[in-house]
Amino acid sequence: MPLIEDGRPAEDSWTSVPDGEPVPGDIPAIISFERWQAERDSFAGRNTKLGVRLKGGTLAPAIAEDLDRFALVAVEFPKFRDGRGFSTARELRERYGYEGEIRAVGHVLPDQYLFLKRTGFTSVEAPEGTNLESWVNALSEVSVVYQPGLGKDDPNPLINRWLKSEAVQG
Amino acid sequence: MTATAFRADPGIPGPGTFGSEPDDHAGIYRYDDLDRRFVAERVEQFSKQVTRRLAGELTEDEFKPLRLMNGLYLQLHAYMLRIAVPYGVLTTTQFRKLSEIGRKYDKGYGHFTTRQNLQFNWIKLEDTPAILGELAEVDMHALQTSGNCVRNVTTDQFVGASADEIVDGRVYAEILRQWTIAHPEFTYLPRKFKIAIMGSDSDRAAIRTHDVGVIAKRNEAGETGFTFYVGGGLGRSPFVGKLVREWVPEQDFAAYLEAILRVYNQYGRRDNIYKARIKILVHQLGIDKFKAEVEEEFARLPRPKFTLAPEIVEGIRARFASPGLERLPAESAEFERSKAENVEFARWSTVNLAAHKAPGYAIVSVSLKPAGGIPGDITSEQMDTLADLADRYSFGEIRVTHAQNLVLAHVRKDDLFDLWRQLDAIGLATANIGLIGDIIACPGLDYCALANARSIPLAQAISARFADPARQQAIGELGIKISGCINACGHHHVGHIGILGVDKRGEERYQITIGGDATLTTAIGDIIGPAVTEEAAVDAIDTMVEIYLANRTEGERFLDTIRRIGHGPFKESIYAAD
Amino acid sequence: MSFRAITGNRLRDGAVVFYNDEAGWVERLTGASLYEDKATAETKLASAKAEAEKERLAVDIYLFEVLVEDGKRVPVTIRERIRSLGPTVRTDLGKQAAA
Repeated sequence: MPLIEDGRPAEDSWTSVPDGEPVPGDIPAIISFERWQAERDSFAGRNTKLGVRLKGGTLAPAIAEDLDRFALVAVEFPKFRDGRGFSTARELRERYGYEGEIRAVGHVLPDQYLFLKRTGFTSVEAPEGTNLESWVNALSEVSVVYQPGLGKDDPNPLINRWLKSEAVQG
Repeated sequence: MTATAFRADPGIPGPGTFGSEPDDHAGIYRYDDLDRRFVAERVEQFSKQVTRRLAGELTEDEFKPLRLMNGLYLQLHAYMLRIAVPYGVLTTTQFRKLSEIGRKYDKGYGHFTTRQNLQFNWIKLEDTPAILGELAEVDMHALQTSGNCVRNVTTDQFVGASADEIVDGRVYAEILRQWTIAHPEFTYLPRKFKIAIMGSDSDRAAIRTHDVGVIAKRNEAGETGFTFYVGGGLGRSPFVGKLVREWVPEQDFAAYLEAILRVYNQYGRRDNIYKARIKILVHQLGIDKFKAEVEEEFARLPRPKFTLAPEIVEGIRARFASPGLERLPAESAEFERSKAENVEFARWSTVNLAAHKAPGYAIVSVSLKPAGGIPGDITSEQMDTLADLADRYSFGEIRVTHAQNLVLAHVRKDDLFDLWRQLDAIGLATANIGLIGDIIACPGLDYCALANARSIPLAQAISARFADPARQQAIGELGIKISGCINACGHHHVGHIGILGVDKRGEERYQITIGGDATLTTAIGDIIGPAVTEEAAVDAIDTMVEIYLANRTEGERFLDTIRRIGHGPFKESIYAAD
Repeated sequence: MSFRAITGNRLRDGAVVFYNDEAGWVERLTGASLYEDKATAETKLASAKAEAEKERLAVDIYLFEVLVEDGKRVPVTIRERIRSLGPTVRTDLGKQAAA
């Protein structure tokens, strides 16, 4: 499935490993949260990067204590209408200070890309058959934001805006 | 008389304060370039989404939430476009634009809703980008008037004008409008989310029937703060909003809401659409547990990011131009004389006027409920004339009320008689605000795809039965609210008399409740018996009114009589024949 | 006699439309194909839906019941009667106005 990063299609250096199949030790691999819970000890000596995939209903606190073990957290959207993932990513960043990659997987639309980015996602696994052009355009369609996000609009666009307008008025 | 800017009241910032400039329109937030750019980009974005849908790149399932975010529903006969009227305030320029859109893209009329918005019923999908483009020209949009996001924030229709106001709710409603628009985290919530704000002690915004209801107030030090209620709502399972926090300081206003929304977004149910509203989460967790979750989230939000600094609040406040109210004597001889000479004008003055904070002014409610008419409907012709009247008499400003009426907020008492005559000429001088003829009704099965029964014909039959203005006035305050299905857009649960349309094996039937109340003493009405036919419902209301009149004490309102004598006498007389 | 017909709303403008086996989507109930038996109706519904989504013609497509009395077609439910005619409170609008 096509990977989108920084508004562009990108190479995916990660491999998703289905439950039950062996996890390769020499390449970055993403395992399910359930597998992590069941087999965590077996990854104790691993030297290559490990990623974990959270199902829609698995919220940030569930993985909080183990975050230092993962270079990537994949957050699944079971349906694009299910917006829990936006809060999950934001909690991972703001509450738990996670600095690794956060990837959106599952059913997401290009029309949500800006929101994904602003809540702390770094990459998106776009659904198969998606129009890549729509993803590429999605970040530039709307350039005004009204509330603080995790992007370059920090710390608070409202503050910036009113300070700016005051400066203009002299 | 020379016009002097009215600056004595700190609640009415005069022109020039906070960098504002005089404006023809009172009380309206003026967009800046960023606001305009944002709305224009969103129109462009939606235009592309429509193209993608028509080209087959988006399925209907994928397109539907995107069109809903832009206020576009598919109803029985066509698309319906719900245009946002932020906290119910419009300039006459905007009002004329709505009239023009009604003429050009619809069928020459519009419908005001219980959420202070305007709906057009006959819209074409392919026209929508052009309509949104025209709205953008007058700083309007249809964003977030639908969908599982934070909807239009509503407030008191007398905001900034009423004598009992403590805090101007518009400023904070506007802050929330900005804060919640295209919110990256909270645009795909479990279900829709409605917020109302009130800035005085009397509740004209039905605070405790909202997902979040806020009362803005001041403490002894003169600082602004907010009381938050959460989990109110009508629909299938009606709940009265519960107190989460008595005092949230101004600087934490947005942060506290953010905490509530995050708890809801993560823990609100998504498995069952009927249990997805925040009221169910609050009910299932219990208010104490819910409160603890919110407080925990609130405590760890990176505060500087979410702090509402005083300069932000002042910056927003400055973008509301103030009306150039004159300093006038409190009483107007002309007004008194006209009342003495014209009994109809006198009645209208008693029923449709409210006290203004400035001497010599009055707040005028314009009823959209003529006897036998369709509640909330207005033609483009009426809109054009009303816009002219608002320009002449009320600083170019018109408000929409949650009772589906309109308001001219700052009219000189000297001008009231002239205004009334001109309103009367276009059929907008019905004297029934708050009376039995002032019925709230959803569009019902005549238009709505969700409805089980029609609402409008019943409203028409009731208002025709009680058409006599003298009788209405004699009955006094009595609110009838009608919904055509359990989603309760007509707020039937909180009507003094509430009516719910149901489908009984293919026939329309109406279930009657009594004792509901939408003010701070919020109460959910009590069902009085089995659902009845439309004709029987009108008779039942007549009967209940007679019982009330026979039992009331001097000056006692319908609701208070019900509370005193109980529901029994009403139930018995209606179902006595069975 | 009781029949079934297929209805939906036209994607481009939202207008109420009915399905006709030969002519496709038409604006009047009088032009709709009527199906006597349920199985045929379900099969037609499935193909009409698939075609409508593929060609982006109509949305919200479903079956409803129609009675034919003295040659006149009357939908069984109030909802479908209102859809086929227009709002009962504005008889000057909708399909009933032009009829």
